[in-house]
Amino acid sequence: MSPASLRQSMPPPYRPATRPDPSLQQKVLIRDIDFYYGNFKALKNITMPLHDKRVTAFIGPSGCGKSTLIRVLNRIYELYPGHRATGEVIIDGENTLAPGVDLNLLRAKIGMVFQKPTPFPMSIYDNIAFGIRLYHRLPRAELDDWVESALRRAALWDEVKDKLRQSGLGLSGGQQQRLCIARAVAVQPQILLLDEPASALDPLSTQRIEELIAELKADYCIAIVTHNMQQAARSSDYTAFMYLGELVEFDETELIFTHPKQKHTEDYITGRFG
Amino acid sequence: MNLYFRRRLANGIIMTLSVAATGFGLLWLVLVLWTLLWNGVTAITPALFSQMTPPPGSAGGLLNAIFGSVVMTLIATLIGTPTGILAGTFLAEYSRGSRFGEVVRFINDILLSAPSIIVGLFVYELMVVNMGHFSAWAGAVALAIIVIPVVVRTTEDMLNLVPDTLREAASALGSPKWKVIVMISYRAAIQGMVTGVMLAVARIAGETAPLLFTALNNQFWSTNLNAPMANLPVVIFQFAMSPYADWQVLAWGGALLITITVLFLNIGARALASWGTFKP
Repeated sequence: MSPASLRQSMPPPYRPATRPDPSLQQKVLIRDIDFYYGNFKALKNITMPLHDKRVTAFIGPSGCGKSTLIRVLNRIYELYPGHRATGEVIIDGENTLAPGVDLNLLRAKIGMVFQKPTPFPMSIYDNIAFGIRLYHRLPRAELDDWVESALRRAALWDEVKDKLRQSGLGLSGGQQQRLCIARAVAVQPQILLLDEPASALDPLSTQRIEELIAELKADYCIAIVTHNMQQAARSSDYTAFMYLGELVEFDETELIFTHPKQKHTEDYITGRFG
Repeated sequence: MNLYFRRRLANGIIMTLSVAATGFGLLWLVLVLWTLLWNGVTAITPALFSQMTPPPGSAGGLLNAIFGSVVMTLIATLIGTPTGILAGTFLAEYSRGSRFGEVVRFINDILLSAPSIIVGLFVYELMVVNMGHFSAWAGAVALAIIVIPVVVRTTEDMLNLVPDTLREAASALGSPKWKVIVMISYRAAIQGMVTGVMLAVARIAGETAPLLFTALNNQFWSTNLNAPMANLPVVIFQFAMSPYADWQVLAWGGALLITITVLFLNIGARALASWGTFKP
C-alpha cells in the first residue's frame, strides 16, 4: 500500500468549517485539549468552538470522553486529585485553564446540570436561593422575585409555587431535574452544560426538558451530552461526534445526520456500532 | 427425592442452631437486665436524687455522683464533638487519596479500640501528675479522648455516604469548598453525625477505668473542676465492692440509672437515624 493511499484510509483531521453566518458568535473555543485520569489519556487533542445562543450536542459511545470534555469547561474535574487537562479553553477571549483564574467566578458564568438530578437536601426555595446568595445580598422581596423568575424559566413555577418551603427531595425525577436547571440559571450564567440531563427521565419529562432547552437557547450558549441520537438531532444546532477520546467530526447537526463526512460517524448514527 | 429431603434436613439443622445461638445470647442479656432491675429498682427513691453519697451505715443518695457524671460527660462532649467532627471532615473532604489521611485514619482506628484504662493512665501522666492532684478536668479530658475517635469515625463514614454528585453540583454553582461542606455535606449527613455523637456519649456514660485515674471520687458535693469529683461509675465500683448493704443497694441504683440513660441515648440515636431515612 502506498503512503498516499494509506493516508487516504485514515480520517483527515478536523478543520473548523468556515461558514458565513453573521449572527454566529463564538462563545467558547476549545483548543488542543488533552485530558488525563492519572496516566490514562481520556481526551486527545480536541479543538472545536461552541457558539453563543446555539445548542451543541456531544454524541458518541460510552467512555468516548463527551462528559469529560464538558467537565473541562468549568474545571469541575479539579475536585479530584490526579485529573488534569492541558491545552486552552478560551471563553470571551480569556484562557480559563490558565492558573490564577478564579474558579468560583468562572463557575458562576457556567451552569451545569448532571445526569442524575441533584437537589440539595433543603427546601425548594433554598435550592434556588443557595446559588443566588453566593453572589448577591438581596432583600427578602427581591430574592423572592429572583427565585420565582428562575423557577418560571425552568417551567417549574406553577407546579411548586404552593410548596416552596417543602424539601426539594420530595419532587418527581423530572421536576427535580428542572429544579436543577432553575438552580443553574438562577445564577445568571452565560453557558449551560447539560450532562445527559434527560437520560434518567421518562419520555414526557424528557420532552419538557427538550422544550426548555429550545427556549433557553435564546439566551445561552448550551452544550449537551446525550446518548439519545434523536435528542441530539431534535434539539441541537451543532453536533460533535467523539470516539475513544478523539473528536471525529464536528459540524452543523443537519449535516452530521444527513451527510456525515466520516464513515465512523455514519456507522454510529445509523446504529451500526456503539 | 432423597436430595430434596437432605436439603430440608440441612436447612432445619442450620435454622435450629441459629435460633438456639440467638436465644443463648439473649438469655444472658435478659438475665443481666432482670438482675439489675430486681436489685436496682428498690434503690430508685427521691433520696437517690436529693442526697449525697453517705458514709457506711447511714442513709444517703447519689446526687453528687450524678452531678459529677453529667458535668464531666458534658465537658467531654463539648471538647470531643467539635474536634471529632472537624477531624472527620478533614478525612472525608480534604484528605482524599492522600497518604497523610490514610495514616490519620489508621491511628484513629487504633485509638477507637484502645482499652480505656490506657487512656486513663495517659491522662494521669499528662494532667494529674503535673497538676499534683486528681481533678474533674482530668476526668473530662480522659472521657473526651474516648469521644473523639468515635465521632471522627462516624462523621467520616456519614460524609462518605453523601454522593459526590451533590458536591459537584454545589461546586459547579461556584460555591467555595467550605460552603459546600457546611451547607451541603453537613446538611445531608447531619442525622448520622448527631447519632454518632449520641453513641459516643452513651459510651462514656459508663466508663470507669479512665475516671479512676483522673477524677477519682469525692464523698461530698463539689462543683470545683480543679478538685476530685464524684461520678457514678467509680461510686458504683467502690460501693459494690464494699461489705456494707446500704452502699451495695446504692450501687445497684446507680447501675440501673446508667443503664437506663444509655438505653435512652441508643433509642434516641436509632430514632434519629431512621427519621433521617424516612424523610421524603
